[in-house]
Amino acid sequence: MENQREYVLKTVEERGVRFIQLWFTDVLGTPKTFSIPPAELENAIDEGMTFDGSSIDGFSRIQEGDVIAHPDPKTFQILPAMSGGDATVARVFCDISNIDGTPFEGDPRHVLRRALERAHERGFSFFAAPELEYFYFASSEADADVPPQPLDSGSYFELTVADLATDIRRKTVLTLEDMGIPVEYAQHEDSPSQHEIDLRYTDALTMADTIMTVRLLIKEIAQEHGVYASFMPKPLAGVQGSGMHTHCSLFRGDKNAFFDADDEHGLSATARQFIAGLLEHACEITAVTNQWVNSYKRLVAGYEAPFTVSWAYNNRSALVRVPVVRQGKSESARVEYRAVDPACNPYLAFAVMLAAGLQGIEKSYELPDEADANLYTMSQRQLASAGIRPLPRTLDEALAAMESSELVLATLGDHVFEWFLRNKRAEWDEYTRQITPFELIRYLPAL
Amino acid sequence: MEQLLCFPDPPGPELAKALDSAGYAFIAVANAEAAGALEPPEGWSGAVVSAVESPEAAFGLCDALRRREEPVAPILLVVEAGQLGALDGHKELFDDFTLTETAPDELETRLGHLLWKTGRGKHHDVIAYGPLALNLETYQAVVAGRSLDLTFMEYELLRFLAAHPGKVFTRETLLARVWGYEYFGGARTVDVHIRRLRAKLGEENAHLIETVRSVGYRFGTARWRP
Repeated sequence: MENQREYVLKTVEERGVRFIQLWFTDVLGTPKTFSIPPAELENAIDEGMTFDGSSIDGFSRIQEGDVIAHPDPKTFQILPAMSGGDATVARVFCDISNIDGTPFEGDPRHVLRRALERAHERGFSFFAAPELEYFYFASSEADADVPPQPLDSGSYFELTVADLATDIRRKTVLTLEDMGIPVEYAQHEDSPSQHEIDLRYTDALTMADTIMTVRLLIKEIAQEHGVYASFMPKPLAGVQGSGMHTHCSLFRGDKNAFFDADDEHGLSATARQFIAGLLEHACEITAVTNQWVNSYKRLVAGYEAPFTVSWAYNNRSALVRVPVVRQGKSESARVEYRAVDPACNPYLAFAVMLAAGLQGIEKSYELPDEADANLYTMSQRQLASAGIRPLPRTLDEALAAMESSELVLATLGDHVFEWFLRNKRAEWDEYTRQITPFELIRYLPAL
Repeated sequence: MEQLLCFPDPPGPELAKALDSAGYAFIAVANAEAAGALEPPEGWSGAVVSAVESPEAAFGLCDALRRREEPVAPILLVVEAGQLGALDGHKELFDDFTLTETAPDELETRLGHLLWKTGRGKHHDVIAYGPLALNLETYQAVVAGRSLDLTFMEYELLRFLAAHPGKVFTRETLLARVWGYEYFGGARTVDVHIRRLRAKLGEENAHLIETVRSVGYRFGTARWRP
């Protein structure tokens, strides 16, 4: 800790850092920041910076408004230079505490830390590797009559010389690598102007921080090129939406707890129980992994998104996919949770996914049969007779499932749980009052 | 390369071996005069003084090193268990001590810790290897003239690896030496940081850190044959 502090202070001095951005996240996953000059950094590291939390979504409480941001020196990083600014800027993630020094219950980073500690008590470390999908559009302006304008009509693996979006994506990947964020894979996705950046696994807390950084950088670099990057789960009707499939694994020290050499598929009992936990609690955690009205426009049949509570080895219509473990690659045994979308709060999403999986291990849940058929082509009745439940079809259904979940309450804590439900109910209420183009086009001429 | 002062001259084989295997260059001295005569131009980076054979001469040397205009620091004292009582009167003469026979790992860790704490005040300490240079005083890393924006742990890992070129470290060793087991991510954390470092080093320099299959990692190639 002492050395870390020293390292940060020295680096700020040596590199002529002009501002340090203190980063944290509100309950909905929106990045929040305030900047301090180098002169204040030492004090910020030692004492923290007090600010009025009541202006932050999900932080407000009735009596005490003030909370303290404590920079986590481990996360100190100089930001890549963006055109238009030549001052060297660094960022550091913060943990938020109450004035009395206790962790602030509304801090999503704290929620994830707590979930990770619970896993650690059982000897597990949780690793995550997300695949972020997003769109590039000509602008962020929304109009009821005109859908957002993609930059191209390219599709999967399309190779075009003058593909602006591909250039932007390449620049993004290089910038991420410069920041020490290794990219596994980057490609043009299926839909027009849709792109995907797959991040290589890290421990879940670092990954949640990383997702915050990556989302911001993707948007900033797009903006530099005069286009708009969006993580909206389903911006265009009729084509695939954007998901954030997340590959999860649990390690016991050096050993992948999901791997078992004796199993035909290399899958351990722990992994089966973890998947069973994810499935059992899938409906309860969906409001957190898919937190917007629009998220549920993605979770429909036919667009590589899950819409049922199901698992399979290699079936992209299932909720949980278990990728094949290649020979001698025991460390890569993992399960992929496919519901999550990139507009989630990654801290909260990882926390509830982990909690669901751990519950499965703790209570030794039985894993149901694999869903090996194409779920998209099965009728409601076929799904029901196969014992396959639907995922929540709307934010409203998801909130109802969450509200009755002991697991989600215990994982998020009272403060976040209550605020989240209140906020999201309000969003749903507002949505139900809208008259949509669908209704006008269909009903006005007819009724 | 920085030189450590080592007493007595010649040092016992255990001590010499431990210093060698930890990758510390040293010059053995027999007394305070020799310490003055043999001092490298950039000064001693520290001293390892064994009081096992001749405690009086050892404490005398420490005293002389401390009384200089620019006192030598840090001083690591090597003693026998039976000599612990004698340390009481000489607290100001050393920065840390270790019991003989010191395990090479322990000696290295103690020295590393001492040098970290005190070794950067007096003179620049640079680890250079190929296109990479690490300035231990300013904590800055440069590759092919380009500053690397490292996080603290990335810096620590690179510093440790670059200080031991050619040596293969297992993930567990790196975790123990660089992270000190504080971190509960497990040995996989090491892989994550290695990848981050390689990404920052850039494609053309990523090979500086080599993966040694089913063993661990190696930085560059050895400067000497053990």
